[in-house]
Amino acid sequence: MSSAAAVEALNKTPYRYGFVTDIETEKIAKGLDESVVRLISSKKQEPDFLLQFRLKAYAQWQAMEEPDWAALRYPPIDYQEIVYYSAPRQKEQKASLEDVDPALLETFDKLGIPLSEQKRLGNVAVDAVFDSVSIATTYKQKLAEHGVVFCSMGEAVKDYPELVERYLGSVVPIGDNFFAALNSAVFSDGSFVYVPKGVQCPMELSTYFRINSDDAGQFERTLIVVEEGASVSYLEGCTAPMFDTNQLHAAVVELVALDDASIKYSTVQNWYAGDENGKGGIYNFVTKRGLCKGKRSRISWTQVETGSAITWKYPGCVLRGQDSVGEFYSVALTNHHQQADTGTKMVHVGPGSRSTIISKGISSGHAVNSYRGLVNIGPQARGARNFSQCDSMLIGDQAAANTHPYIQSRQPEATVEHEASTCHISEDQLFYLQSRGIEPEAAVSMLVSGFCRDVFNQLPMEFAAEADKLLALKLEGSVG
Amino acid sequence: MTSTETTPVCETPVQTGDVLLSIENLHARVEGKEILRGVSLRIRAGEIHALMGRNGSGKSTLSKVIAGHPAYTVTAGAIHYRDQDLLALSPEDRARAGVFLGFQYPVEIPGVSNLEFLRVSCNARRQHRGQEELDTFAFEDHVRDTMAIVQMDPAFLERSVNEGFSGGEKKRNEVLQMALLEPLVAILDETDSGLDIDALRIVANGVKTLALPTTATLLITHYQRLLDAITPDFVHVMAEGRILRTGDKDLAMALEQRGYDWIDGADGADTPQP
Ligand SMILES: Nc1ncnc2c1ncn2[C@@H]1O[C@H](COP(=O)(O)OP(=O)(O)OP(=O)(O)O)[C@@H](O)[C@H]1O
Ligand SMILES: [Mg+2]
Repeated sequence: MSSAAAVEALNKTPYRYGFVTDIETEKIAKGLDESVVRLISSKKQEPDFLLQFRLKAYAQWQAMEEPDWAALRYPPIDYQEIVYYSAPRQKEQKASLEDVDPALLETFDKLGIPLSEQKRLGNVAVDAVFDSVSIATTYKQKLAEHGVVFCSMGEAVKDYPELVERYLGSVVPIGDNFFAALNSAVFSDGSFVYVPKGVQCPMELSTYFRINSDDAGQFERTLIVVEEGASVSYLEGCTAPMFDTNQLHAAVVELVALDDASIKYSTVQNWYAGDENGKGGIYNFVTKRGLCKGKRSRISWTQVETGSAITWKYPGCVLRGQDSVGEFYSVALTNHHQQADTGTKMVHVGPGSRSTIISKGISSGHAVNSYRGLVNIGPQARGARNFSQCDSMLIGDQAAANTHPYIQSRQPEATVEHEASTCHISEDQLFYLQSRGIEPEAAVSMLVSGFCRDVFNQLPMEFAAEADKLLALKLEGSVG
Repeated sequence: MTSTETTPVCETPVQTGDVLLSIENLHARVEGKEILRGVSLRIRAGEIHALMGRNGSGKSTLSKVIAGHPAYTVTAGAIHYRDQDLLALSPEDRARAGVFLGFQYPVEIPGVSNLEFLRVSCNARRQHRGQEELDTFAFEDHVRDTMAIVQMDPAFLERSVNEGFSGGEKKRNEVLQMALLEPLVAILDETDSGLDIDALRIVANGVKTLALPTTATLLITHYQRLLDAITPDFVHVMAEGRILRTGDKDLAMALEQRGYDWIDGADGADTPQP
């Protein structure tokens, strides 16, 4: 079995989460104009500041152009063909899980995210978001005992309006980019986390995003604020059914870390990627940014991107605090006709700020995988340091990998190091494993996960094994 | 052999003297160049064979063709393993069935844990033999016991496969794999090269322990030292892709003293195959 043959069939990737939940939903009509923005806001009974926030964003978005600088090719998106609000019909107030529609609980069960008291994950609190709304959040009580707030964005707007007003849009401004502006106008739900001063959040927090309808976009909004000396580890997971059509997912995530605070944000993204001919799949245009506002604050992004037809995503850190630390660890796996243009932005403002970037791109089939990263060192950032390492692995001879590092420094006393490499799956490594009785398919996934080890080591324990399994699953059928 | 009281072994039992590996008139090419030009060799259970020959004579090529390396194309001839057409099997099926190759140059596999690699590979072979698979805990016990055979430090389990291993450590790791896979036919390609004096003794003893009346061993080597520790039943000399001469342990000693020129002069005087 040559590695070429081994890899040629990296083509029949089964997707285990492709089912649709049959549930009655409340949807508004397709299309977007100011009245739709007002309607979303009124459905959610929002305070006026939020309506104004949305309207301002909508006005800015209308004047903006969709960006075209990424190495991505897709037909134009018709923004009038998208449904901007879709929610499963259920009782207004879900005081307890008993009130949640069993079909929804079953859906999350099938996804491996049990929500009910007996079955839920041991030390992980979960916020489950279905299309446009959050349907349940577990362990709220236990977290509250520590003063930690973990709830849906919708609830946060009602219960903590001053925190929301203060921080929403403070890291990703309304008009930051086309997709962020769109999200700011129409965002539906998402998660809100607040960790008060000095508190180490006692458990992993996790949000699980599920797209269910074929014509609704998902525009979630996540905000995490961690006060002085506090810390939290947060993980998001995502899946969607298999449709022939494409669905738009344009999320915004904002993180704020004050003095000595630390936020670890991990993503395991497994949106439906389309079939082997490139039909269907999620268009994933996401803006994620963390503000290291305080001294010695630390924000770490870890992402494992395996899904979506298109991924456009650059989780970054604005390192404003003195001696603050930003980290980005990424694995992006693209197969078939998937396209990923992903990387990070590290903006060094504060003196002594440091950042580390480790990116592993794996490209197979006809996929295109681009790393795009910006390291910007401002005039005040004396002694700032960045280290970047971008490795690409190509499987087969049809796949492509690109690396676009942008380095801008206005500070002579800063150190920036960049290393890049590209390799193919090595025939000798593959043969070595096979000669020890290991099936080529398992061998390829062993090699790929070895290639990603540095990044997987950054994931919370519970999810590192998951990521490994997910990768193996994605590589299934890799050998004819 | 591990206890087989609880789990039945699917592999048909081997009797001493059974032909395990039979190579007939094997021709193979790589990159358009013919490297093996008519190799014939028969190996029976209970035998230890040594394969010698100049650099570039085709020894490693032969071993890789037996193991199924995709870069080499067999253009003529046949290999039978027990009653099977070995060339029809995939590399992983050959390994599962009990053919083992200890590589001359074991590759490094960054990021893949040695422990996990050894476990998956050991289980693949166990599964073939109808033995239950070992979970992480059971395997750790098993591998630690097995490591004693080559006096290897368990710390090597925590590292990536061969990554940063010294030359000698890689070779020990190969013998460890052999011990875990319990092959019926083991080919060791210059496993003695790069070993210090003590390590050579340890590895040689390990290989001797693993050579049973029901298994066969093919030692590819350049040095008499190894053959002093493990006495071969047959010594073959390879030249230009053929086995030029076969003898017993005295042939190796004569080579050690007189070099390969002496054999070249005797071309055509092939001794008959056992
Ligand atoms: N992949 C390859 N591509 C090109 N030539 C090859 C390849 N593999 C082997 N050869 C050639 O085949 C011949 C035999 O090589 P082989 O490795 O089998 O020799 P060897 O007997 O094992 O030598 P040594 O004692 O040095 O290990 C050599 O001339 C070598 O260069
Ligand atoms: Mg050799």
